[in-house]
Amino acid sequence: MTRKTVTCTINGKRREFSIDVRSSLSEMLRGEASLDSIKHGCDVGECGACTVLIDGRPFNSCIYLAVWAEGKEILTLEGLTDTKGTISDIQQAFMDEGAVQCGFCTPGFIMSSIPIITSDTPASREEIRKQVSGNLCRCTGYENIVNAIEKTQKKRIEERKGSGKK
Amino acid sequence: MEIIGTALNRVDARDKVTGMAKYTGDLVGPHALIAKVLHSTFANGLVTSFDLSEAWKVPGVVDIVTCFDVPDIQFPTAGHPWSTDKKHQDIADRKLLNTRVRFYGDDIAAVVAENEIAATEAVRKIKVSYEEYQPLLTIEAAMQAGAGAIHDERPGNVVVRSSYEIGSFEDAIKEPGLIRIEGDYETPIVQHCHIEKALSFAYMEAGKIVIVSATQIPHIIRRICSQALGIGFGDLRIIKPYIGGGFGNRQDALTEPLNAFLTMRVGGRPVKLEYTREETFCCTRVRHAMKFHIVSYVRADGTFAARSIVAYSNQGAYASHAHALVANAVNGFRMMYPQGAIKSEAYTVYTNLPTAGAMRAYGIPQIGFALESHVDDIARATGLDTIDLRTRNMMKLGYVDPPTSITCHSTGLAECIQKGEAYLKYRQKREAYAAQTGLVRKGVGMAIFCYKTGVYPISLETSACRMVLNQDGSLQLQMGATEIGQGADTVFAMMAAETLGMTMDKIHVMSRQDTDTTPYDTGAYASRQTYVSGMAVKKTAESLKSKILDFAAFMLNKEAWDLDIKDNQIVRKNMGTPLISVAEVAVESCYSLTNSTHIAAEESHHCSDNTYAFGVCFAEIEVDIPMCQIKVLDIINVHDSGRLINRQTAEGQVHGGMSMGLGYGLYEYLKFDPKTGRMLNDNLLDYKLMTAMDTPELNAAFVETDDPTGPYGNKALGEPPVIPVAPALRNALLNATGVAVNSIPLNPEKLFFAFERAGILS
Ligand code: FES
Ligand code: FES
Repeated sequence: MTRKTVTCTINGKRREFSIDVRSSLSEMLRGEASLDSIKHGCDVGECGACTVLIDGRPFNSCIYLAVWAEGKEILTLEGLTDTKGTISDIQQAFMDEGAVQCGFCTPGFIMSSIPIITSDTPASREEIRKQVSGNLCRCTGYENIVNAIEKTQKKRIEERKGSGKK
Repeated sequence: MEIIGTALNRVDARDKVTGMAKYTGDLVGPHALIAKVLHSTFANGLVTSFDLSEAWKVPGVVDIVTCFDVPDIQFPTAGHPWSTDKKHQDIADRKLLNTRVRFYGDDIAAVVAENEIAATEAVRKIKVSYEEYQPLLTIEAAMQAGAGAIHDERPGNVVVRSSYEIGSFEDAIKEPGLIRIEGDYETPIVQHCHIEKALSFAYMEAGKIVIVSATQIPHIIRRICSQALGIGFGDLRIIKPYIGGGFGNRQDALTEPLNAFLTMRVGGRPVKLEYTREETFCCTRVRHAMKFHIVSYVRADGTFAARSIVAYSNQGAYASHAHALVANAVNGFRMMYPQGAIKSEAYTVYTNLPTAGAMRAYGIPQIGFALESHVDDIARATGLDTIDLRTRNMMKLGYVDPPTSITCHSTGLAECIQKGEAYLKYRQKREAYAAQTGLVRKGVGMAIFCYKTGVYPISLETSACRMVLNQDGSLQLQMGATEIGQGADTVFAMMAAETLGMTMDKIHVMSRQDTDTTPYDTGAYASRQTYVSGMAVKKTAESLKSKILDFAAFMLNKEAWDLDIKDNQIVRKNMGTPLISVAEVAVESCYSLTNSTHIAAEESHHCSDNTYAFGVCFAEIEVDIPMCQIKVLDIINVHDSGRLINRQTAEGQVHGGMSMGLGYGLYEYLKFDPKTGRMLNDNLLDYKLMTAMDTPELNAAFVETDDPTGPYGNKALGEPPVIPVAPALRNALLNATGVAVNSIPLNPEKLFFAFERAGILS
């Protein structure tokens, strides 16, 4: 068993792990960093439950080797709650819109929605559906998930307009 | 009512959006051993020996057990309440590991190792010798004269045959002027596909086996494990954390009994047994495939004079819930349209396919597809209006089902139909779409259903609840009933708050069940929790409230009957001015030097009633004939589930059910190699689960009735939304093309052959 040291930034903090080179990023994040929001629904890139952002882009962490994370910036669901426990607007929207049922797909969905809500170009419902189609949910029929993402996206665009930022 | 009927966020929503909610896999310690199961690679046969020498050589292997090492005990796995009557007990037809192999994927050996890689490798290195028999993969093959018995106890492979007759079918069909309509309908094997895989972990503590499991039914799992291992109920403790969906798959013992055995084998060290997605598909449970032959005799005015049904249900390898499913289906056939003479014959048949068990709506999506397709076939044959035909014959208020005595205590079905019709402009469109000729055509369809809320009088219905008051005037609410994503915890908290006169923030739901401490409840199945367990909440809240008021009366030197609780305050009845807060009562009750008492309440409810929920789906589709493809343009489900407890979660249940119904109607089926019986699409890529892109906008609407038997006027909601979708789509296809497709899913492959036969593919 070959081990290797991986240094990366996780939720804003620089971290170093000695890992089995065969481990996936999801295994490293759950096992070494105790980030249990990362869920495994398939382990082979089919369900999206393990989605995290790597340098701002959503990836299925179950099929991303931990060693590839060297020097990368990783954001998990845990990173959306600030140190005082205040949650982000997208998390609040998932609560308010009833986008959560069993909750097992929720972390992955929220992470997949971040590029949509941070983009300056508004996405139609159709486009939102397309962008989260790598995340599977058996409970909600997606309706309220799309609602939560759409509302947060609109709200953020408004806010950016209001504050004069681009 | 102030809280019941509002739209509130779930009590577990925050934990779930922050990643704090703990599921089974999050509770396994870092030093747990890992178990992997060796599954058979043949569907029908007998294991004769193993060669374990290579497997033992894998570093990290701790234990290997085979089907020759397990207790010689056959046990049942169905998550039914146990029956003390032998005749009603579930069929005990499997062992922890099986020498007699009955499907491709049967459990024959298991490895426990220090890590996953070692366990997987050792499983791969086990060599198996076996005798193989001809696999019996269809009902026809299994029932053929001379077919070998899959279980020795059932030569002929019929698990159960049942029949009933209401009135005389033979006499009824003698009436002159009847129109005879006949049809065959078929539904496929599909899977629940909860996103969390099947798993548990087990260890020993204080002389007990503790199993932490993603289950819907902790108390029943304890009973099944005790039977499977031949040990006492008290020797087992089951803990159920949050689970990533259930849909009925986890109303069955899955990994738990074997895992309990494995931890015993390794001296009680923690063992995690987590199935892969492939194993979750193949080695847990599936929905029964069913075939129906329906004959109807209809009068010119559209009333049903006589109907008959013959149903076959594919049980697969082991009995699990067995005949209960198809029995529910043929009962549904009777209840939906209780007109004229009705005759039924139903068979549940063992085959060498994966085991079928409970799945959302328990046999009713199957009969719903057959029956509602058939009703449109009747409309077509008679020229009658599809809605008139249904309203004329459907169940009415006051109906008492002859064999079960289940009574229609409330119905808003007619209003549901009106509401859905008005939304879609169904009649108008149906006429407009009737005579299209192009390559792309539109169609509208509808289907109705009725659904029994609980399982009375077939099975025991019992539930218990406990409430413990804290010194700050808040309370712990503890249920035996389980949260499985459907929102049970939230509606229980709402019920408690409503009945106690307290606000939601004062109710702390203890979501996790632990059979050592949790009050008894049979678990999450049927659509029983708000109806059956909800009554336990109500009774317990009433009991707790009277204890609080008694103590308040003592403190205030007043009469308890004159007091009430409103917004966490003790008030004079009908006056509302706060006298003292519940928190003050709680503190005094706890620390009084003269009269301290622990204010808590526990009540159980034995339910001996049942009631029907109703609903309808209306759908509009576009059919691309050359591409053999259906696109859903608009869809609405309208439900009568009595009074709604929480509008937000109610709507969510409808959306989820509609999505599952769309998958059932359009895409999903499990495919098997016709030679070996191996499952071919046991993963989330090849099995067509609905994605956000495949899903149209879903419309959920309600007609609220006030059911006199529900604790808050409520009735079934969790399962029903899946039922009417597939037949509504099929009937829309019929409207669009004139082609009646009598089996689902309505995928391009199926449509191609149907359109070709109908000669519309040009
Ligand atoms: S667990 Fe990573 S995509 Fe399913
Ligand atoms: S909420 Fe259960 S899978 Fe999405």
